[in-house]
Amino acid sequence: MKHYELVVIGGGPAGLAAAIEAKKNGIEDILVIERDKELGGILQQCIHNGFGLQMFKEELTGPEYAERYIVELGKMNIPYKIDTMVVDITADKEISYMSVAEGFVTISATAIVLAMGCRERTRGAVSISGTRPSGVYNAGMAQLLINTEGFNVGKKVIILGSGDIGLIMARRLTLEGAEVVGVLSRGGYAAGLARNVVQCLDDFNIPLMLNRTIIKINGKDRVESVVLVDMDENKQPIPGSEETVECDTVLFSVGLIPENELSEKADIHLDRKTKGPLVDDTMATDVDGIFACGNVVHVHDIVDFVSFESEKAGKNAAKYIQGIRGKSRSHVKTKAGNGIGYIVPQEIQLVHDEKIVELFTRVRHVDTDVKFVVKLGDKVIREIKKNHVTPSEMEKIVIAASALELSNEILTVEVTKEGV
Amino acid sequence: MYDVAIIGAGVIGAGIARELSRYDINVALIEKENDVSMGTTKANSAIIHAGYDALPNTNKGKFNALGNPMFDKLCEELDVPFKRIGSYVLAFSEEEVKTLEELYQRGLDNNIPGMEIVKRDELLKREPNLGDQVVAGLFAPTAGIIGPWELTIALAENAVENGVELLLNHEVLDIKKNDTFKVITNEGVIETKYLINCAGVFADEIHNMIAEKSFEIKAWKGQYYLLDKMKEPVVNSIMFQCPTDKGKGILILPTVHNNTLIGPDSEMFDDKDDVETDSDNLSFIQEKAKRTVHNLPMNQVITSFAGLRAKPSTKDFIIEEVKDVPGFFDVAGIESPGLSSAPAIAVYVADLVKAKYEDLKENIAFNPIRKAVPHFMSLSNEEKQALIAKDARYGRIVCRCEWITEGEIVESIHRKVGATTVDGVKRRVRPGMGRCQGGFCGAKVMEILSRELKKDIKTIVKDRSDSYIITGETKEVRS
Amino acid sequence: MSKVHELICIACPLGCHLKVTEGDTILVEHAKCKRGEAYGVKELTNPTRIVTSTMKIEGAMFSRIPVRTAQDIPKHLIFECMKEINKVTLQAPIKMGDVLIENLLGTGVNVIASRSMKKV
Repeated sequence: MKHYELVVIGGGPAGLAAAIEAKKNGIEDILVIERDKELGGILQQCIHNGFGLQMFKEELTGPEYAERYIVELGKMNIPYKIDTMVVDITADKEISYMSVAEGFVTISATAIVLAMGCRERTRGAVSISGTRPSGVYNAGMAQLLINTEGFNVGKKVIILGSGDIGLIMARRLTLEGAEVVGVLSRGGYAAGLARNVVQCLDDFNIPLMLNRTIIKINGKDRVESVVLVDMDENKQPIPGSEETVECDTVLFSVGLIPENELSEKADIHLDRKTKGPLVDDTMATDVDGIFACGNVVHVHDIVDFVSFESEKAGKNAAKYIQGIRGKSRSHVKTKAGNGIGYIVPQEIQLVHDEKIVELFTRVRHVDTDVKFVVKLGDKVIREIKKNHVTPSEMEKIVIAASALELSNEILTVEVTKEGV
Repeated sequence: MYDVAIIGAGVIGAGIARELSRYDINVALIEKENDVSMGTTKANSAIIHAGYDALPNTNKGKFNALGNPMFDKLCEELDVPFKRIGSYVLAFSEEEVKTLEELYQRGLDNNIPGMEIVKRDELLKREPNLGDQVVAGLFAPTAGIIGPWELTIALAENAVENGVELLLNHEVLDIKKNDTFKVITNEGVIETKYLINCAGVFADEIHNMIAEKSFEIKAWKGQYYLLDKMKEPVVNSIMFQCPTDKGKGILILPTVHNNTLIGPDSEMFDDKDDVETDSDNLSFIQEKAKRTVHNLPMNQVITSFAGLRAKPSTKDFIIEEVKDVPGFFDVAGIESPGLSSAPAIAVYVADLVKAKYEDLKENIAFNPIRKAVPHFMSLSNEEKQALIAKDARYGRIVCRCEWITEGEIVESIHRKVGATTVDGVKRRVRPGMGRCQGGFCGAKVMEILSRELKKDIKTIVKDRSDSYIITGETKEVRS
Repeated sequence: MSKVHELICIACPLGCHLKVTEGDTILVEHAKCKRGEAYGVKELTNPTRIVTSTMKIEGAMFSRIPVRTAQDIPKHLIFECMKEINKVTLQAPIKMGDVLIENLLGTGVNVIASRSMKKV
């Protein structure tokens, strides 16, 4: 059985950054495994701009961002396989993969970095009744068909979900000649970035319908219309507010879920809230020698943060391989307090000479004039004021490592109204 | 001219076709849609009933009892997934236990083996997730689950391999008779000596084209939820609730692919083409199902769907030669337990046709064995390697939720009765059945269909002929 | 009376809520950076956008290649820009950054390739 020091599963932005960083930290024997026919992951179909402002101080399109990493991987001579799907990993770090070129192969690794990204939630998960005609797409699939394959998916489109993917696709469809009837949000605000509401909807006079959703899809073989309904504060449909809207295409942009089927095969424990692996501040999972980074851990908004996080994973995987992973200086578990959806990492160990710890979190509700309160046990160790918070924007909270040393208390983050 | 033409390629029509292909006669299987198994067979509970439920001395009772034991051999011959997992009818009160006792007695009258009434304590040992109100259950060990469209596709494939001609996209518009039958379709006239009506919810309309009206078929819709595969099964056997006159209650059961199915409800619909789901009905199903298992993991729902059953006005299967139209056979009103009865009905109807002949020769080339497209991920590692060595396309995974390879998809297209649509591929080898519901693999399946069938990808449809997917190419000149 | 506009800056994902007051000069408030200030003024006087799309390509692994305007162009030219992009069919190989349309519609802005695509 062939053995590698480091195997990176996934050749998108997370996997590429992790592999490159591992090599920069002295690991030579690396293999990146990618199931698609080229590296770059989802960025290759994200042809819009908005990437790279943090990492490169430039505004790039998805493919431009990806190419920077692909070129660097090539320059560093890091081996990779494409059109190759990992079908199994074990807690002993044996990896089975399949490809047309090699058939069914099992290899082993000293360390693994999981970078499999995420997948979209579907219509079925949102339980919309009616018929099951053609013309119903996840936004990502429509994006692939339009951008990579060059096909139009419909003429008159309604989009459920006001997250960035839905907003971006509203513009894309319009530019390619479709009529976008509207973008629906079940809540009272657009889930995506405000800039995208401006440049994707306002610019093209595409209506953003708040507190509305689709309850039914009609059409014998192809979508013919949808039934819209208003939602009340409890996210319940308001009877009598139904409206039938003609269209031939429905796009769903209703959330992303980290793809962790492989992680579970290796007996890695997942966080119920993030649906990604439990990780510590080195991006290590709870299985020795297996690290994770990027959307497979928690869904990110901005790829630059995926890259930063993945560098962390790559660097720490390198140290693990070199046998220089230190001893824990703390055993602090993190806990989402009032108003907080989740926190990554779920555990802080301080095994290297970290000076700071970065916590990533999302709030559960939109709010203004709030503060994040970080407590270790009962003691408040940090407070940060924020003008405006929303679940659709991930927040970073930096804590001094010294505050956590030798502690095994619970670190809680909560969000409260300022002046309370 | 054909010896026998069968209208309707669902599990009944395909089953009869296969039985007739044992003989040296020309058989045509006529289907109006673009694939087999597109009607009731496509959307039902997938249960092989033990057979206690139907009244003795009815066709339902007789054919269910005969059909159930035939499935082991049939599914082995055809390589179709089938598991005898047993079923329980649950009583939620002492009153309902009386109904269990009635059903038990009826089971004895129908000669159904191995039945017993199991009290709560023992029941919970076998099914730990059952709700607080469950008092007892009637256990029938011979009940099973099957892949209904897998079965129908296998029956049709084997029938065609053995000489039956499958005529898809042929809608029957009218039927005339002189000495022979002239079946007038949208694709021309089919002449046949004998004609068998297996037209599902449309069987009365077909019957009325050539015979005096003698029964009515009403379409009764049942809606379902499908849950994702989970580490721990919700239930191990089929869970019925005490029956009412509207049906067998809301079921919870595993599928042969380890999903969980919840439903169906039962409501009559005028439109025989209406298979939409309705949120009120779905809520009703959820509510009722929770009596069986309280904390149903509804966050694991991956899709919901509806199917129609053909409810006959006679309340029983109609399987007979029509007296005033000799040579025309009705096989109508095949609602539950239709699937369970299918093999027995097929043999019986074939015998009715056989009786018309003085000396019917056997088809010496008849081969009852049909192997399914290999399920790659079930193979051992050595077998996987060998298969990839034979056809490299088995090395590429296309469906990531169900781990289905390109080789399997290509094979499913090139078989007799091969897939020509996205859902056709889905029903044969499963891409699109998983939690992403085709979101990841859909485009790839379309590409493969286009390449293998040498058809423009823009003409590839999802399911029925009008379910177009792509509306054109980007950068086309706009008017 | 000077007109006050509430704008959301699109220069970066932060999306600062700008308060832009028209007058002898345009006053931009609440911008967290210089780009935001510049955006506030421009949006009122000469709104511009970067356009990203795809172009037909032959001889590559895919039939479409992602392209972009190298800088922003006047907003009112977006659909004209799309028409120009749609007229072109490229031949692989293409390198990221290659100029595909020079001086689009006289704006002085080029349309460039967002990625490389090899010849297959």
